[in-house]
Amino acid sequence: MQTAEKRSMTERTKVPKIKLPVEFNVQLPPCTRYTLSNGVEVFAIDMGGEDTLMLNWVFYAGNWFEKKKMSASAANYLLKNGTSKLTAFGVNEHFEYYGSYLNRSCYNETAELTLHCLNKHVNELVPVVAEIITDSVFAEEELSIYKQNAQQRLKVSMQKCEFVAGQLIDAYLFGEDHPYGKYSRLEDYEALQRDEIVEFYKTYYQQGRCVIFAAGKLPADLPAQLEQYFGKLPLRPHTSTDLIVKHPVLPATEKKQHVTIDPQGVQSAIRIARPFPNRHHPDFQKAMVLNNVYGGFFGSRLMANIREEKGYTYGIYSYLMNHVDQSGWMISTEAGRDVTEATVNEIYKEMKLIREELIDEDELMVTRNYMIGTILGDLDGPFQVAARWKNLILNDLNESYFYQGIETIKKVTPRELQEIAEKYLNAEEFYELLVV
Amino acid sequence: MFSQGFAFSFFSLHLNLSLICDSHQLEIMIQFEKFTLENGLRVVVHEDPATPMAVLNVMYDVGSKDEDPNKTGFAHLFEHLMFGGSVNIKDFETPLQMAGGENNAYTSNDVTNYYIQIPAENIETAFWLESDRMLSLAFSKKALDVQRKVVCEEFKEHYINKPYGDVWFRMREMAYKKHPYQWMTIGKELSHVENAQLEDVKNFFFRHYRPVNAILVVGGNVKTEQVKQLAEKWFGNIAAGEKYIRPDFSEPKQTTPRSMELKAKVPLDALYKCWHMDSRLEHGYYVADLITEVLGGGGSSRLYQSLVKEKQLFSNIECFHFGSVDNGLFTIEGKLVKGVQMDIAEKAVEDEIVRLTLEGINDKELTKIKNKTESAIAFEDMNLMARCNSLAFYELLGDAALFNSDREKYFSVTADDILQYSRTILDVNNSNTLRYYSEN
Repeated sequence: MQTAEKRSMTERTKVPKIKLPVEFNVQLPPCTRYTLSNGVEVFAIDMGGEDTLMLNWVFYAGNWFEKKKMSASAANYLLKNGTSKLTAFGVNEHFEYYGSYLNRSCYNETAELTLHCLNKHVNELVPVVAEIITDSVFAEEELSIYKQNAQQRLKVSMQKCEFVAGQLIDAYLFGEDHPYGKYSRLEDYEALQRDEIVEFYKTYYQQGRCVIFAAGKLPADLPAQLEQYFGKLPLRPHTSTDLIVKHPVLPATEKKQHVTIDPQGVQSAIRIARPFPNRHHPDFQKAMVLNNVYGGFFGSRLMANIREEKGYTYGIYSYLMNHVDQSGWMISTEAGRDVTEATVNEIYKEMKLIREELIDEDELMVTRNYMIGTILGDLDGPFQVAARWKNLILNDLNESYFYQGIETIKKVTPRELQEIAEKYLNAEEFYELLVV
Repeated sequence: MFSQGFAFSFFSLHLNLSLICDSHQLEIMIQFEKFTLENGLRVVVHEDPATPMAVLNVMYDVGSKDEDPNKTGFAHLFEHLMFGGSVNIKDFETPLQMAGGENNAYTSNDVTNYYIQIPAENIETAFWLESDRMLSLAFSKKALDVQRKVVCEEFKEHYINKPYGDVWFRMREMAYKKHPYQWMTIGKELSHVENAQLEDVKNFFFRHYRPVNAILVVGGNVKTEQVKQLAEKWFGNIAAGEKYIRPDFSEPKQTTPRSMELKAKVPLDALYKCWHMDSRLEHGYYVADLITEVLGGGGSSRLYQSLVKEKQLFSNIECFHFGSVDNGLFTIEGKLVKGVQMDIAEKAVEDEIVRLTLEGINDKELTKIKNKTESAIAFEDMNLMARCNSLAFYELLGDAALFNSDREKYFSVTADDILQYSRTILDVNNSNTLRYYSEN
């Protein structure tokens, strides 16, 4: 026993030998690309051991394209609520009967339908997805239930300071009329009209720009199925340029804002953000590394200082916003009301420190390895790999961008990171919002 | 990483993906090996050569149900302290990040679970870190001071500064008169967390965090022989500790309906109803799980179709249970459409219950919920972390092999079981109703 304990003492203070993740050769699993006869591209990731698959139809039907506020998200939500052959219940029952999940989501540029199912059921399900894309009816009754329930949900959300903060900071950064900055109000739902939603559906779904992602253990006849049900529809390739619109960014003039929704609130939502260029800008990938050191993960400076040292918050993070056209750099936390000001001061103090002092190579090495480890873990599984590919494709990038990113993580120098910090992490260029 | 130290129940996240399966469809059985170290630590190895990663999962057989009623929130606060340095390792996070690893933890009413995902080459780092904090913590006053504050902020963020944030505190108190499920994992009140002392921390650790009360699961690109050797090396010489024997706190049978009303500055009235149901390994648990699917699983479920779509009394309605080890709560909750009277909404819920208890379910519904279960299992099994987590939980329930056999139990559930069991639990004398009114 004594020997055992002694042995353990000496070993336990010494870190076991590791292979540093930066020495790993990280590979993005390949993706097969094929084109349906109408020009719609399919990106397929065939991997995984389970008999499961994911099919994802991406349309350029986000709020970027709507003429009337909220019509893109309403159209997306109501896609599933009935065709001329099936009621809303019938559509839901069909997918649920086969144990599948058909989800829809609406973003800024794109709006999607995503099917998760067992391989053996896919041929029962794909035709109904096609029916939804070609023949949704948007019944008045369905719209009116949607309007009522969406407003009720919004009323509850509007009592949450982090929700309100999320809406307002986007509006400050991009302007309330910009797709990235506009947010829903009760009256916007009230004003929704069926014919506008139907019009949107015709233009952006029935004849919209579309791209399909498939992942999992893919059945051999999947290309034929997709061709049969989607290849002959009047859809257009996602790369077609005829529907491209531009929106001017009109940021707020006032940089600091305080909003009170509950005078008795015990916490404030803090959002501190600045505009940042998109992924095509040469600074983007370096900024990703800098962001990790600053506030991007549990071992970051913001977390170490503001949570683990001072206990002001349950969590604090910074991140680069996931937008295609233009990004933003955001710091986000909820902190006790009595320590709100102290938290904000520490956020700026950490900005100053990272601008003025070179990041120590040891600290940077931890970040590098952590980031590579995360990517390795993230590439484990077909759906995660598909998500990586999708991010590249929708941002008009290819796999060389992925490998550049890995190289940047491995090689970026403390001096280069300091240059990024000097260029972007200046307190006076940030919008600051506190919501209680 | 965001949820580090977040008090939630892993299993409750899977409510609508709950586990059921047809045995004839259950072709893939999960492979694992099991052994016990001399100090009583149970070890499960799950080899998966298809991934470059490995997962090391340590589950302790302690949850908030094991707390002193005057010192609640402790199991969860303790989970935070597990990241505040161990006896030989001051800083848990940095060496893990250097090795490319990520970690997190959660506390539920029943268990506390810690897990690390790391490139398989570096799995020994996970053994080193996790074994040292089982050996002993640093018990730093500073860590306690900071984490008390962090947990108080977590409490505020999730339960005070949120509309309807107090519901489950009140509902648990109403539904459980004896069982410690009567309090939330985060604690009954802020003061319990604020008053935690270092002495309490030490006692808690040496009572519960011993090899004899723990289960180690290692999965991914590892070999059983390698895990045996590493487990022996790093965990083998930790003193066994005493097996914690749980007192009997089983909840007496409820015999009359209970209800309460709350008023707060929330925008909408809401209705919450709970009924006591069987414990995790009893037959009724599987049946109840299936009933939640019939009533609340998705857009074709009964409550949604009838009460949200047809009658338009609720803007949303859900049916779920908590996946509890001991007798849990079968729950229906929903927010009322503005202007709808509470008694009318409640009556409509009761009508659906009556319909179920009189007529049961049809064949199509039975096939649907079994198909849903089969696919939920397949999707859950894609994730290595989820597999390791489930293996640990099943071993805690008695045997890791339940991972495979437990699913078959769902297959044996018949339409008649559903009819009979819905009559048993959805009885008014077993019901707890909380009516939440908007003050606005």
